[in-house]
Amino acid sequence: MAFLELKNLHVALEDGTPIVKGVDLSVDLNEKHAIMGPNGSGKSTLAYALMGHPSYEITEGEILLDGENIVEMGADERAQKGLFLAFQYPHAIPGVTVTSFLRSAINAIRKAKNGGQDDPIPVKEFRTHILAAMERLKVPRELASRYLNDGFSGGEKKRVEILQMALLEPKIAILDETDSGLDIDALKIVANGVNDLVGPEMGALVITHYQRILNYITPDHVHVFVDGRIVASGGKELAERLEAEGYEAFIPAVEAVA
Amino acid sequence: MSSNSETEIVKGIRDEYAYGFSNSDDAENYFFKSGRGLNHEIVEAIAEHKKEPDWMRKFRHKSLDYFNARPLPTWGGNVAEIDFENIFYYIKPTEKQAKNWEDLPADILDTWDKLGIPEAEKKYLAGVGAQYESEVVYHKLQADLEAKGVLFLDMDTALREHEDVVKQYIGTIIPQNDNKFAALNSAVWSGGSFIYVPPGVKIELPLQAYFRINAENMGQFERTLIIVDEDAYVHYVEGCTAPIYSSDSLHSAVVEIIVKPRGRCRYTTIQNWSNNVFNLVTKRAVAYEDATMEWVDGNLGSKLTMKYPAIWLMGERAHGEVLSIAFAGKGQHQDAGGKVVHAAPNTTSVINSKSISKDGGRAGYRGLLEVAKGAHGAKSKVVCDALILDEESRSDTYPYIRVDENDVELGHEATVSKIGEEQLFYLMSRGLTEAEASAMIVSGFVEPITKELPLEYAVEMNRLIQLQMEGSVG
Repeated sequence: MAFLELKNLHVALEDGTPIVKGVDLSVDLNEKHAIMGPNGSGKSTLAYALMGHPSYEITEGEILLDGENIVEMGADERAQKGLFLAFQYPHAIPGVTVTSFLRSAINAIRKAKNGGQDDPIPVKEFRTHILAAMERLKVPRELASRYLNDGFSGGEKKRVEILQMALLEPKIAILDETDSGLDIDALKIVANGVNDLVGPEMGALVITHYQRILNYITPDHVHVFVDGRIVASGGKELAERLEAEGYEAFIPAVEAVA
Repeated sequence: MSSNSETEIVKGIRDEYAYGFSNSDDAENYFFKSGRGLNHEIVEAIAEHKKEPDWMRKFRHKSLDYFNARPLPTWGGNVAEIDFENIFYYIKPTEKQAKNWEDLPADILDTWDKLGIPEAEKKYLAGVGAQYESEVVYHKLQADLEAKGVLFLDMDTALREHEDVVKQYIGTIIPQNDNKFAALNSAVWSGGSFIYVPPGVKIELPLQAYFRINAENMGQFERTLIIVDEDAYVHYVEGCTAPIYSSDSLHSAVVEIIVKPRGRCRYTTIQNWSNNVFNLVTKRAVAYEDATMEWVDGNLGSKLTMKYPAIWLMGERAHGEVLSIAFAGKGQHQDAGGKVVHAAPNTTSVINSKSISKDGGRAGYRGLLEVAKGAHGAKSKVVCDALILDEESRSDTYPYIRVDENDVELGHEATVSKIGEEQLFYLMSRGLTEAEASAMIVSGFVEPITKELPLEYAVEMNRLIQLQMEGSVG
């Protein structure tokens, strides 16, 4: 069994409107998956629902993380069990520095891993760790003492998302439109970050509208997502076909399923 | 503020007011305890007991007349609930003041130990005064500061040993008939701090006073006078707590401060009274040429607080700041704010107020900014931000502005916000629990104020906010 398994997953809005309409997907450690879909296909809803956003209701199906159904868990528990979501629009937390936020988040995860007992990261270890990761991801030093995402440019926000991913060491990372709003240099840095981290300890699920990011993060599996469903799956050549033919080519497939 | 403090606040949640313990308030344990109620006999007894000079005795009686003549304020909070006849106006816990903690009676020393005051004195304070009920029971100043001529005494001792200075200044910044509660304090005052910092002396470490109410239905009326001479500097910090009782206590202080040319005074309050204390305090400072006055005011406790620290900028280029945090939880009303009067040219001021309300609490900002005619070139910025944590809670803003001068630069900003579901989700998606995430957002909200505090107090303030946050979520 893969580390993350979605089984016939259905997700609806609070008013009952169905958005995700039966998704089966397996993402394992050491794998890179891409979900590609047009605007409004429900792919961001899928990302939020996987992370446990309270506005989305899972009406049917299961999300198994390391074999355990996490559907009833809050976002905090899911994170503690190794799930991570890099946000398309990360929120600003004024007054809380990046450093202090990272330390709190790392300690929250460590506490969970330590059976609920505090196990704070030693100050020196934290410092070494964060400086090395910032260096690797080319996050400017001064960002560490600024308030989280407060007044950050789009590129800075995305880099800090990847920095969080690197420091929290999740098992499965979901990246929601991480490529949007990035210039080519920033895109390369972010992609390299993901490439570095995917391995025996982590798998990634990259959600994107465009094929562009997949030039830098070469996916093992590509899934085409239209109207709340995966309508086609394949290797990286599927992304290239999509780029050449557009999503229209896959619409009939939807109708065929419907 | 160092990044440690946020780490502090996300750990160790406790679910009750931590300072609610009490010692026996059995009258036999006290050296002297007045009867309940307020009248000229009580005022006379206090003056007599303290063997005060005749002018002070008259000052007290006159003040009681003013108190009786004035109606209760009908604005702010509900002060009509106060039963003035049920209050003890004067309790002297020990016969004389101690210079060593060990000389205090065991139960009183135990209280200070629980509050961590002797420990704090060793680590980061230049001097400490500890008031228990009506009297300062412990007082000490570092020897090198004494040698430089710094005076840090309790107010009663100051009246005995420096009568001329006290007589010269007391009631000059806050007249005895300024308002009903200033009149009350002037009639029955006891304890409080007297500080004089000689010209050019800069006191690096803070001086701290700690106020503890122990008895039920206690009235505490300390009186503080601070004089910062030319080019001098002092940071004075006060903290306060009380046991939880089912009936009310009253705390009504008066604080007068004079900052002479080029001097600087910072006055920090961490108010954490239990939720049965009415906290009605008048604080006012005057700042002369090139002087700086800063009020840093944290209000977390009490049933009702009405307090608006004021600064009169009397000399050219004087600068004033009022930074305040008001946190109102269940059954609490914090009517806090600040006042600045620009009475000289090229004076500058900043008022920055942060209020948080939760569980039906009510927190507000009430402020006055005034620019007198002739105070040209005055600049002021007023920022008040409110954070409301649930639907039952309330926030009010009353920003009064009076300007009689054309050449001024004024800025005013006010925001009201709620903790957003999206912010919470973002933090929780990183592994923080809902309570931890909320506490982090609140600590970030007040950070512009807490970063102004010395580390120990920033940590304490965040810890108190954490305690206040407990029970509000999840």
